[in-house]
Amino acid sequence: MDNLANLLDGFANVVTPTNLLIALLGVTIGTAVGVLPGIGPAMTVALLLPVTYGMEPTQAFIMFAGIFYGGMYGGSTTSILLNTPGESSSVVTAIEGNKMAKAGRAAQALATAAIGSFVAGTIATLLLVVVTPPVVSFAISLGAPDYFALMLLAFVAVTAVLGASRVRGFASLLLGLVIGVVGIDQTGQQRLTLGIPQLADGIDVVVVAVGIFAVGEALWIAAHLRRRAAEVIPVGQPWMGRQDWQRSWKPWLRGTAFGFPFGAVPAGGAEIPTFLSYVTEKKLTKHPEEFGRGAIEGVAGPEAANNASAAGTLVPLLAIGLPTNATAAVMLAAFQQYGIQPGPLLFERESGLVWTLIASLFVGNLLLLVLNLPLAPAWAKLLRIPRPYLYAGIIFFASMGAYAVNASPFDLFLLLTIGLLGFGMRRFGLPILPLIVGVILGPRAELQGRRALQLSGGELHGLIGGWVSWSIYAIVAVVLLWPLVGRFVVRPLRGRLVTG
Amino acid sequence: MTGRTTRPDRGGGLPPRSAEPTVPDQAAARRGQADQPPSPPTPAAEPPAADPAGPAAGSAGPAAEDAAIDRTGSAPGGDRAQYAVCAFLALVGALVIIDATRIGSALGSADPIGPKPVPILLGVLLLIVAAVYAVDVARGGSGEPEAGEDVDLTTPVDWRTVLLLIGAFLVNAVLIDRLGWVISGTLLFWGTAFALGNRHYVRNLLIAVALALITFYTFAIGLGVNLPAGVLQGIL
Repeated sequence: MDNLANLLDGFANVVTPTNLLIALLGVTIGTAVGVLPGIGPAMTVALLLPVTYGMEPTQAFIMFAGIFYGGMYGGSTTSILLNTPGESSSVVTAIEGNKMAKAGRAAQALATAAIGSFVAGTIATLLLVVVTPPVVSFAISLGAPDYFALMLLAFVAVTAVLGASRVRGFASLLLGLVIGVVGIDQTGQQRLTLGIPQLADGIDVVVVAVGIFAVGEALWIAAHLRRRAAEVIPVGQPWMGRQDWQRSWKPWLRGTAFGFPFGAVPAGGAEIPTFLSYVTEKKLTKHPEEFGRGAIEGVAGPEAANNASAAGTLVPLLAIGLPTNATAAVMLAAFQQYGIQPGPLLFERESGLVWTLIASLFVGNLLLLVLNLPLAPAWAKLLRIPRPYLYAGIIFFASMGAYAVNASPFDLFLLLTIGLLGFGMRRFGLPILPLIVGVILGPRAELQGRRALQLSGGELHGLIGGWVSWSIYAIVAVVLLWPLVGRFVVRPLRGRLVTG
Repeated sequence: MTGRTTRPDRGGGLPPRSAEPTVPDQAAARRGQADQPPSPPTPAAEPPAADPAGPAAGSAGPAAEDAAIDRTGSAPGGDRAQYAVCAFLALVGALVIIDATRIGSALGSADPIGPKPVPILLGVLLLIVAAVYAVDVARGGSGEPEAGEDVDLTTPVDWRTVLLLIGAFLVNAVLIDRLGWVISGTLLFWGTAFALGNRHYVRNLLIAVALALITFYTFAIGLGVNLPAGVLQGIL
C-alpha cells in the first residue's frame, strides 16, 4: 500500500504541464532518433544524454523514461519498414513484420507493434512496481561480498551467455574493466593515467558510451556504407481490423510473459524471449500457412516480448544497480551523471525520484501509443534521410555531447580513441556489451570486493558471505563450465544432426 | 545459418552459439546478401597489421555449418588480421601490469588490498585471454563483423572515407576551443557529410550552419550546456 501511495505521488509529479511536455518531448525525440536506421536504443539514450544536462534530476528522469521506451518503439518501426534491423532484439520482429509490409499490410504490422508495445509495456511496468520492492528489501540485506558476487555474475553472464565467442567476450570485458581502472584510486594513487592530468578523474562513462556506440558505429558504417539505399515501404495510418485484434491479443500477453522475466535476470536480454515468443506463436497459430509470409502473430508476440523485457531490465537496474543490457548500462551512466547511484538505497534516499520515474514510464507508454499511431507515416519518412547526413549528424551530436561533459577538447580525442576501439571491435566481432558493463560495474565491483576483504583483513574468505554469495558463485561456476558440457553433450548431438 | 556462411571476412566458423538463439534463417539470409553470390574475401586490414587479406577467408565459409568441420576445412588462420587483436590485448595487459608495479603500496591504511592487485589481476587475465585468442585464431576461429541497416559487408573497408571522417573529427577537436562550437561544429558536419560522399557543398554548408546555431542556442544558451562561443563571443 505504501508503494501504491508512492506511485500515486509519482503520478502527481509527472502530471504537471511542464513535466507532461517533457515526457512528450522525450518520447518524440526518443522515437525519432530510434527510428533512424543505425541507431539502437542504447545509442539513442547515449546521444541524448547531453540534452538533459541542464535539467533538474526529476525532469531528466521523466525524459529518460520517454527516450527509453521511445527508442525501443522506434527500432521496431525501422525493422518492419526497412527490414535490416540493427538491434538484435528487433531481428525477430523483422521476419514477419517486413513480410507483412511487403504484402501491403504495413499499417497492421505497425499497429500491432504499437498497441502490443503499449500493452506489454503497461503490464510489465505494473510487474515492475510489484516485483521491485521485494527485490529491494532482499537487496538491502546483502553485504559487500554478496554484491561482489552479483557483479561477478553480471560480468560472466553478459560475457559468456550472450554472444557467440567467449574469448572475444572476455577480451571485451577486460578492456572495459581496464578503462574503468583509469584514474585516481580511493587511496589517492594514480592508475593508468599515463601522466595525463585529464585522466586523473577517470574516463567519463558518457564519453565511453558515446564513443563506443555512436562514433564506433559511425566509423564502422562509413567503412562499409551501402551505396544503394535500402528500400523503404510506404505506409499510411496504422490500423487493425477485427480479425487482427483477435489474432493479436493473445500473442501480446504471451510475449509479455516471456519478455519480463528474461529482462529481469542478468544476461536474459531481449533476444531469447523474442525468439521464444516467435516460436511459440508459430506453434500455436491457427494460420500456420501465413508464417514466413507475414503472420501478424509473429509481429505481435515478439514486439510485446521486446518491450516487456525492456521494462524487466529496470528491475535489477533500479533495485540492485545491475545493468543487464546495453540500454540499461547507458541509463545507469545517465543516473550517475546526477550523482544518483541505483541500488536498494535509491528507494530510501530518492524515493520520490524513483517513483516519478516509474510513473513516467506509464505516462510515456501511453503517449507513445497516442503519438505513434498517427505519426507513423512521418516516422517512415525519416527512414529516407540521406545517409551522409544521418551519420554526419551522429558524429556531430556525439562530439557535442562528449565535449559538454567536461568542456574539454581532450575528451574529443578520447572519444575518437574509444570510437576507433569500437570500430576495431565491430570489425573483429568483439561484442560491445561486456565492455560497457565492465566500464560501469568494474569500479563498483572493485570497491565492493575491497570492502569485503577489508572486513576480513585481506583474507580471501572475506569474499564469501552468506548463502547468497555461495549460490551466486555456484551459478557463475555453472556458466563458466558450460562449454565442457557443450563439448561432451551438445556438440556430439549437433554433429549427429548435421550428418543426419 | 545460411546467411552467416556467405559473409566475407569469416574464414572459420564461430564457436557454437550456446545460448543465443539462432535467428530463423530468413532474417540472416536477407541481410543484404540475398542478391549477391558468396563474395570474394574482403581485404580488410586493421591499421596495426599488414594486410594478409586472408586468401582462404571467403572460400572456406560456405557449406560448412559446424565449427568443427569448418576448422579442419579452412586454411589455418583464415583472418590473420585477428592476430593484431591478440597483440593489442597482450600489449594492454603488459602496460597495465607495468603501470601497476609502479604504484606505491599503500599498506598500513584501513584498506588491506590497496590499489595494486586489481590492475595486476586484469593485466594477467588480459595476457591469458590474448593467448587463448591467438590459439582460437590459429584454429580458424573468427569473429563475425557486425551487420546493420546501412552496412554492406560485401564491400572492402573503405579507408578513404574512414580517414576523411577522422580528419573532420580532429579538425573539430583542435578548433573547438579556439573558434567556438558554431564554427568548428559547422566544419565538423560539413566535413563528415563530405567524407561520406555527399557533394552538395552549398546545401550542406547551410545545413551545417543551421545545425550548429540551433544546437548552440538550444543547449549552450537555453539549457546551460558547456559549449564554447569562441571567436564569436559577443556576437552570438
